[in-house]
Amino acid sequence: MSKMHVKMTVNGKPVEGLAEPRTLLIHFLREDLNLTGPHIGCDTSHCGACTVDLDGKSVKSCTVFVAQANGAEVTTIEGIANPDGTLHALQEAFREHHGLQCGFCTPGMITRAHRLLQENPNPTEAEIRMGISGNLCRCTGYQNIVKSITAAAEQLASMKEAAE
Amino acid sequence: MATRTFGEPVQRNIDDRLLTGQGHYIDDIDLPSVAHAAFLRSPFARAKITSIDVSAARAHPGVLGVFTCDNIGHIDQDLPLLIPHPCLVGPRTQRPLARGDVYYVGQTVAMVVAVDRYTAEDAVRLIEVDYDPLPVSVELEDAAADGANLVHEDVAGNVAAHFVQNSGDAAAAFARADHVTKITVRVERSTAAPMEGRAVCARWDRITEQLMVWDSTQAPISVRGGLASLFDIDEDRVRVVAPDVGGGFGQKVLFFYPEEVLVPMAAIQLDRPVKWIEDRTENFIGSTQERTQVHTIELAATKDGEVLGLRDFFLHDTGSFIPYGIAIAQVASTSIAGPYRIPNIEVEFKAIYTPTVPVTPYRGCGRPQACFAIERAMDKLAEELGLDRFEVRRRNFIAPDQFPWKREGLLFADGLAVCYDSGEYDTALSKAAEAIGLDRLDEMKADARARGKYLGLGLGFYVEGTGLGPYEGGHVRIHPITGKIYVNTGLSTQGQGHDTVFAQIAADQLGVDPSDVIVVEGDTGAFDWGVATFASRAAVVSGNAIHKAASKAREMVIEAAANMLEAAPGDIELAEGKARISGSDRAVTLAEVATATNPLRYAFNKAAQSATQFAPASKHDGPPLADGKAPGIEVTDYYSPPYSTWAYGCHAALVEVDPALCTVDIRQYVCVHDCGNMINPMIVEGQVIGGMAQGLGGALYEKVQYDQDGNPRNAGFMDFLMPYATEMPKVDIVHMETPSPLNPLGIKGVGEAGTIAVPATIISGIEDALKPLGAGHFHEAPVFPHMIFEKLGGADQAKAS
Repeated sequence: MSKMHVKMTVNGKPVEGLAEPRTLLIHFLREDLNLTGPHIGCDTSHCGACTVDLDGKSVKSCTVFVAQANGAEVTTIEGIANPDGTLHALQEAFREHHGLQCGFCTPGMITRAHRLLQENPNPTEAEIRMGISGNLCRCTGYQNIVKSITAAAEQLASMKEAAE
Repeated sequence: MATRTFGEPVQRNIDDRLLTGQGHYIDDIDLPSVAHAAFLRSPFARAKITSIDVSAARAHPGVLGVFTCDNIGHIDQDLPLLIPHPCLVGPRTQRPLARGDVYYVGQTVAMVVAVDRYTAEDAVRLIEVDYDPLPVSVELEDAAADGANLVHEDVAGNVAAHFVQNSGDAAAAFARADHVTKITVRVERSTAAPMEGRAVCARWDRITEQLMVWDSTQAPISVRGGLASLFDIDEDRVRVVAPDVGGGFGQKVLFFYPEEVLVPMAAIQLDRPVKWIEDRTENFIGSTQERTQVHTIELAATKDGEVLGLRDFFLHDTGSFIPYGIAIAQVASTSIAGPYRIPNIEVEFKAIYTPTVPVTPYRGCGRPQACFAIERAMDKLAEELGLDRFEVRRRNFIAPDQFPWKREGLLFADGLAVCYDSGEYDTALSKAAEAIGLDRLDEMKADARARGKYLGLGLGFYVEGTGLGPYEGGHVRIHPITGKIYVNTGLSTQGQGHDTVFAQIAADQLGVDPSDVIVVEGDTGAFDWGVATFASRAAVVSGNAIHKAASKAREMVIEAAANMLEAAPGDIELAEGKARISGSDRAVTLAEVATATNPLRYAFNKAAQSATQFAPASKHDGPPLADGKAPGIEVTDYYSPPYSTWAYGCHAALVEVDPALCTVDIRQYVCVHDCGNMINPMIVEGQVIGGMAQGLGGALYEKVQYDQDGNPRNAGFMDFLMPYATEMPKVDIVHMETPSPLNPLGIKGVGEAGTIAVPATIISGIEDALKPLGAGHFHEAPVFPHMIFEKLGGADQAKAS
């Protein structure tokens, strides 16, 4: 099958590659760029393990062709930590509140929560639950994920306040 | 004194890696020139294969191999029956690739290996198979009925196993009872649906003649044993590693799964690494499932509600094969009397073949069904005798001073008589009543009514035999360079946090921080004696083995440090990574102790150089290494439980039903549970709440559905509904800690605790809520809105209003 040339910015770095037109974004990220943080859990956009940020929106990269991401800005779990390499407040909160068990859904969950807190920096519990209702977790029962996101929102708010 | 971390909510060692996308699940393993496998699966529930033509697939560019039963050598055989039992009348197991017959939609018929998965899938579609479909009886009761279509031609009545167990004299109890309550309950099939499906990657190394297999399994040692046997190579030449595993919940124990055998075979035949990653559809049609059982349970009681006897007959759906023997049905049948004394029990089951995905244990393993049967029966008994639901339970609980409570005649899945070791059941019930606010129930019901809703109280009590034997091992070693503690055990983790709780256990003995304990498990190259992760057994069995090994290592450290510091062993304390003379600053680090106990003269590093400043670690005469001693601080020990330890708990819920929409809203959910001493309450809570989410699925959402021809109707997350964050209620947990007298740490298992009682709890709450509307009894799980609609009068009622 003939291949096409794609270019995009992933986690702040320009990347390019050759891909079949039918190649999915998740496969390009995982196989070509070796970014294996986002996972494939269902292939049908229900589980959200493959969630990445595409031009400021959460997308399920298992149902996006790499061609659709040509020229886009993509952020994966590998790009969430602070620039100095320390964990982002969300990652810290997930650890502190036991918001993960097997860790397979975690990259998608955190990437989604990261976008959610930009859309709504001070969400209620119900808004958090609705905000992550495209992401399945089979281990935690979500309670500690919700707790983690709540704690991260508070932490980010107090950091913002301190900076102002 | 060293700080004890046992009982503390210590944060997990593994998390930083998983939080930053640096986990290594099997699909993340990138081997040079790895090829990819894809499978052709049966589209029929039952059929004869009349021909297979693979020529077009073989000729497809990029294809490296196409396999059917005709070119897989001697692994073309029935896979092992893992747990034989005398009551198995027609045990059947699957072949890696179908030969002549297919028995369920999804059964593996052919495998293609190609340069990438896209190409392999393309080639699978080029394989031509002619099938001659056969008639099927899909539903459990239909398959068990006279004249049913047979799954296996030579297994009459589709009966795979038939077993009767007795404890006491049930017939006599029923003869003298004042009252008999009888109900029939049905629990439907679900599936574990771990977020990572199964996965296998294999590499044959021609130089070392070693078969390396990465398998997303709960049982690496058993997989290794099976592969070595099937390929007829020494176990030492096969290494199986379960790296990060994205959930298991029983489905990944082992079947043996065809892919688990075929992928390594292809790697050997093709002399090239081969990888197979299960997709979600495959997980629904090719990975085992569980739960369908229909119980008819009878309770013989006095007029005061004391249950004298229990009779239970049930059908168990085992799918098309029975690789685990009667394990699930046996657990269900021996858990049937729950927390109640009930001295006379007769329980009988038939395991029935149906032309569906094979059945093996899924988190709960027969216990949710048993709990649903007994708890719904206790509610019915209370109703019939005019007793309070709490009171009827209280009158039958085994009292704290009655343990150990043995059910002579009932053999549990470990082959030993059922014997409950400890518990405070009455206290758990009272705590649940208090936490759910039982005294405000009428008020809450009235409030719901004012909003046009109906509120009910859900109640479910469970017991769980955990920590099954036969044994697990623990290996503890102090590293001479870093002084860090290395711990190994044979089973594997799927996210439960073993690396942290096992670290805590070792850390407490050796006076280090748990973050300085490195746990490596699930790798036969690191430790290869043991069984597997299932039946809520890892913390109990491996945890106690590691505790025993670490205790011995502690004694060795103290003896060596006393010699090095020229002090009495009784004066040595271990803390902060050092052995110290109490009340002084004279100390040696664990790295120095580990170095000094190894009579090797190279001073590689600082610890080795500083170790020479101290007196010798051993006082013996003779050669540098004393006779009978090993170098360094290294201990292996094992723990073998005398019998299972029984955890228990009580769930209560306020369940609100909207009679117009027939929807269910869980207003409050309380879980009181007791898993003995808790190693890490944070991890225990995670296990309990996570288990409850799966229980919630079984109560309200999840049912694997087949049509009358045996086609799966909801083999994907679009149609098979699992709880999202929006479905899962907030859960309040109340911990109790009644130590188990059976093991040194006093612990019981917790892995399945959350799951078991949820259907009984929520569905009893729906029934209670709808009592004022005369909706009757709810004896099926899960309950879907259309079932509530029908109970409320269905279409007639809707028309009338």
